[in-house]
Amino acid sequence: MLLIHCPYCDETLPEAEFTYAGQAHVIRHPEPSSQTDQEWEEFLFIRENVKGDHFERWRHFHGCGRYFNAVRNTVSDKFLTTYKAGAPRPQLSDLKEGGE
Amino acid sequence: MTRFNAFSLLKNALSGNKNWTEQWPEVEPKSSYDVIIVGAGGHGLGAAYYLAKEHGITNVAVIDKGWLGGGNTGRNTTIIRSNYLYDESARLYDHAVDLWEDLSQDLNYNVMYSRRGVLMLAHNVHDVQSFKRHIHANRLNGVDNRWLTPEECKEYCPPLSISKNARYPVMGGALQERAGTARHDAVAWGYARGAAMRGVDIIQNCPVTAIRRNADGSVAGVETAKGFIKANKVGVSAAGHTSVVMQTADVRLPLESYPLQALVSEPVKPIFPCVVMSNAVHAYISQSDKGELVIGSGTDQYTSYSQRGGLPLIEHTVAAITEIFPIFNRMRMLRKWGGIVDVTPDRSAIISKTPVDGLYVNCGWGTGGFKATPGSAHTFAWTIAKNEPHPINAPFTMERFRTGRLIDEAAAAAVAH
Ligand SMILES: Cc1cc2nc3c(=O)[nH]c(=O)nc-3n(C[C@H](O)[C@H](O)[C@H](O)COP(=O)(O)OP(=O)(O)OC[C@H]3O[C@@H](n4cnc5c(N)ncnc54)[C@H](O)[C@@H]3O)c2cc1C
Ligand SMILES: [Zn+2]
Repeated sequence: MLLIHCPYCDETLPEAEFTYAGQAHVIRHPEPSSQTDQEWEEFLFIRENVKGDHFERWRHFHGCGRYFNAVRNTVSDKFLTTYKAGAPRPQLSDLKEGGE
Repeated sequence: MTRFNAFSLLKNALSGNKNWTEQWPEVEPKSSYDVIIVGAGGHGLGAAYYLAKEHGITNVAVIDKGWLGGGNTGRNTTIIRSNYLYDESARLYDHAVDLWEDLSQDLNYNVMYSRRGVLMLAHNVHDVQSFKRHIHANRLNGVDNRWLTPEECKEYCPPLSISKNARYPVMGGALQERAGTARHDAVAWGYARGAAMRGVDIIQNCPVTAIRRNADGSVAGVETAKGFIKANKVGVSAAGHTSVVMQTADVRLPLESYPLQALVSEPVKPIFPCVVMSNAVHAYISQSDKGELVIGSGTDQYTSYSQRGGLPLIEHTVAAITEIFPIFNRMRMLRKWGGIVDVTPDRSAIISKTPVDGLYVNCGWGTGGFKATPGSAHTFAWTIAKNEPHPINAPFTMERFRTGRLIDEAAAAAVAH
């Protein structure tokens, strides 16, 4: 069972309280009608699917209900950090040293 | 390699089964091949087998980072069925079922294909309507599938509880009688032996670290733990690791890799005659020939390469099973395991050429590709040999995510096995 830190509630809680919400920092273009088919494909369907440190979204579904971002290693399933939605994407190099 | 028949069985029995020859030789890779297949699962080994058998291409290597059949092929719950909704899927999966029927004869290897029937239970009005729609669509496509009342479900599968007081009452079910199970390992071994007999090299414990390309962009070969191996054509059939391998050739695919778990109980005497699936409670069950109940459900919620998965999912699965089969609530579970499955946005596979000349990919089988093994391997071999898709896999391109021509089985069935 994963233990996940909700940055809003500031508590570390079991996975069962949370739902996974896919890759983080996927940005919708401000002018969708200007996008080519290839750009739409990228936006809708292509994901990093990294084997390693992954930026992703979670939702504290059975708690505060809010979405937040996380960095998790997809090999060890260990979280390096979680941070509030809208906060800048952290540098991986900082996390590795300071991480759990 | 000895052919298996009554005579060779008898002869070897008399000599204490000590003189069987190896089923495929241990080989070192040559410096070059006509075709390299990355991934020795059922799909990759099968592709090599059909390349040799149907297209006369025998200078082929299948390379795996671990042991053959050690990926999802050896980890799956072996449900075979073809009652998918869309015409494209019906053709592909039914092509596979046609091949399953004669596969043991064709391979001279008993893959234990058992047409024990797959029953999908309906627990609410939505299920009833959606399954009936599937049944009509299947029958128009010549795929067998029929509706059973709750009493008929009980008759077909006696351990089932159809009590009106059940938390998820059974309102009927869709039955595909031609569907069933097969022995997963035997499928990998049978294809490996059949391919090796025709000259294919099977190279195990040799990770492919990168796909190398020529200056003009076309495929040059693969970098491996045992050095560079040249090939003009490379087919990638690496399931959950496909993104990782394809990225080295700068091909990005619409895949996400999730852990999918399964578990088995202690072995018991024959009690469960068929396969039962339930989308509403999200679990499925059958009994192996060894006597274990084989149980599974959906993927874990997060992407991962850890090939393990979490216990909450196992708890959910077992709860769901004991809800519809209260008879099993004292069974002890023996072990659980996970595989990494590559999921596409529309839950249909990709068997396709790629923007890189000479590079082909067979992936996106997600939680339900074992059933497709012979059909997928057969059409993938065709695609590689002729550098164009077989009519059956032509709709399963990677371009469909750009054109929007999806084969949206995801919307058609929440759970797909
Ligand atoms: C628990 C579970 C239950 C399932 N239940 C069912 C079911 O009931 N019915 C059904 O139809 N399907 C089911 N599936 C799905 C099914 O198992 C797969 O779709 C199918 O087996 C995929 O076969 P494959 O040959 O493509 O992949 P695999 O058998 O996974 O083969 C891929 C191979 O590629 C190798 N590889 C990866 N990366 C590299 C590299 N860099 N270099 C060299 N080799 C590499 C791996 O080692 C592996 O052996 C289930 C899957 C799981 C995990
Ligand atoms: Zn919270």
